[in-house]
Formats: sequence, structure tokens, C-alpha cells
Amino acid sequence: MAELQSPIGSAYVTGDHGNAAGGVGVTIRERIGLSIIQITAWSDTIPEVLTAIGSATGLVLQNKPGLGRVAGEKSVFGFAPGRYFVVAATPELELRLRSVISADLATIIDLTHGRTVIRVSGPDAEWVLSKLFAIDFSEHAFPIAYGRATLHHDIHANIQHIDDETFDLYVFRTFARSFWKTLGHAAEEVGYKVE
Amino acid sequence: MIIKCPYCGPRDVIEFTYQGDATRKRPEPLSNDPDVWNAYVYDRSNPSGLHREFWLHSGGCRQHLVVTRDMTTHAISSVAFARDIASGGQA
Ligand SMILES: [Zn+2]
Repeated sequence: MAELQSPIGSAYVTGDHGNAAGGVGVTIRERIGLSIIQITAWSDTIPEVLTAIGSATGLVLQNKPGLGRVAGEKSVFGFAPGRYFVVAATPELELRLRSVISADLATIIDLTHGRTVIRVSGPDAEWVLSKLFAIDFSEHAFPIAYGRATLHHDIHANIQHIDDETFDLYVFRTFARSFWKTLGHAAEEVGYKVE
Repeated sequence: MIIKCPYCGPRDVIEFTYQGDATRKRPEPLSNDPDVWNAYVYDRSNPSGLHREFWLHSGGCRQHLVVTRDMTTHAISSVAFARDIASGGQA
């Protein structure tokens, strides 16, 4: 399979940036080699679709707003009623999901080439992301493994809370370089490392 | 103003798109009475106090909502999925 080019391109500069005096506030990197599949259940097939996602990925969800699960490179989360992102580092993910989810259960859209996944991690992750998104990133409002659909500057994005100081951001691929630069500016004051 | 989406939780109003008065009743489709259609399309009562409105959570879960809001204080007393209300639920 041809290797997917990163849309961040020359803006992706590894190393330390910004205010180094206080240490590294956040580490940012692009997660690559992922399949990103969106599944939309019909209003009366949500429990069956969740069971099917569980059998294809091993990640079983209850039908609860925003609920998600993370296991290594694999993750799944809801971001609207009956709508889920299913993500894994395997090119067969879409086929595997299609083999258990027929059109009378849900629609399946491969977003692998349409989204860029940026992982933001570190003690200042909540602080930096709060500059870009008008949602509450604290753990009581946004529990670990849960997903969100929200906006940055009127542009849609999805976010999953990975662990106590890590978030994955799903941004439009065509907007990823611009977003990456904005994220860098937001992180400058706390010092950041690009891996 | 913050609207508490039944799926996404409390979100800033910038994430929502106003879709108008939710109390209007569409006239009988076969009606050709221009006054009835004119009233449906253009007449708004602009009440003071409680009002029901459609909002789209365009910057979140993209669900259509029915919001009950006090027009004088902007206090929101209920938010529900429009489809639940269309199928008989109460806001
Ligand atoms: Zn919502």
C-alpha cells in the first residue's frame, strides 16, 4: 500500500520549541498509520452496532453519550447519537467492520484520508487545548476514553481523552497544517516538544 | 449563553445554529389560502417570557433540538431532541 503523506509537511519540526524555562508543558505528535472509520447506526440499531463494533475490535461500548474505549493503538468513541469513530493501526479495519455491519445496521465511511490525528500529551495539555476549544477538558466533565465533537474557530473537530494528560485531536486533513501551527502557537508559553 | 445539549452537555452558543420558532404549526398542505401561508411564513408573536425554539447543534453532535428559553432573562428551562418531541415527547 502506498504510504500516506502527512499534510503537516515542512511545518512538522521535531525537537523542543517555545518557552524552555519551565520544562516541556506538552508533547505533540501526529499519529500515523491509522485507519479511521466512522459508523452511523440507524436510530433502532444502536445496541446491535455496538455489539458488532465490539466483535470486530474487542472494544465493547455501552450506549451512553460520548462513551469510548482505548486499548493501545485501537480506540472507539461516540460523538453523537449512534455515531462512532473506530480507529486502529490496521488497514483491514474497514473490511473487518463491513463483514459484521451490513447496511441495514449502519453506514460506514472510511475517513482515513480525510482526518489527521494529533496527540497532545503532558501536564499542560488541558491548559493549551482550552485556548482552542470551548469545552471543559477536566476529567470530571470529560472522562478518560470519552469522545467529543466540537469546534475550533468554527471548524469541526473530534477529541478523545486518552489518559489523564493525553488527548487525541481529529482535525480535517486539509486544515491540519494550519491547525498544527495554531497548536504550536498555543503551546509556546508552556514549552513544547514535537516527537 | 450556554445550551445544555442532551448528548454533548453544556456548550457555548457559538456551537449552535438558530432555526426559528418551534411553536408554529404547518398549515394543511392542500390549503391554498394565502393568508394562512403568509401567517405561517412571516408572522411571529415575539413573546416576552417562555418560548420554544429550534436550535441545531451544528458544531457538535449535529442534532436538532427544541429549547425552551425565557426571552427576557435568556434562562433555558429545557432542551430536548427535536425528533423525540416530534414522536410525542415533551420538552
Ligand atoms: Zn450536541
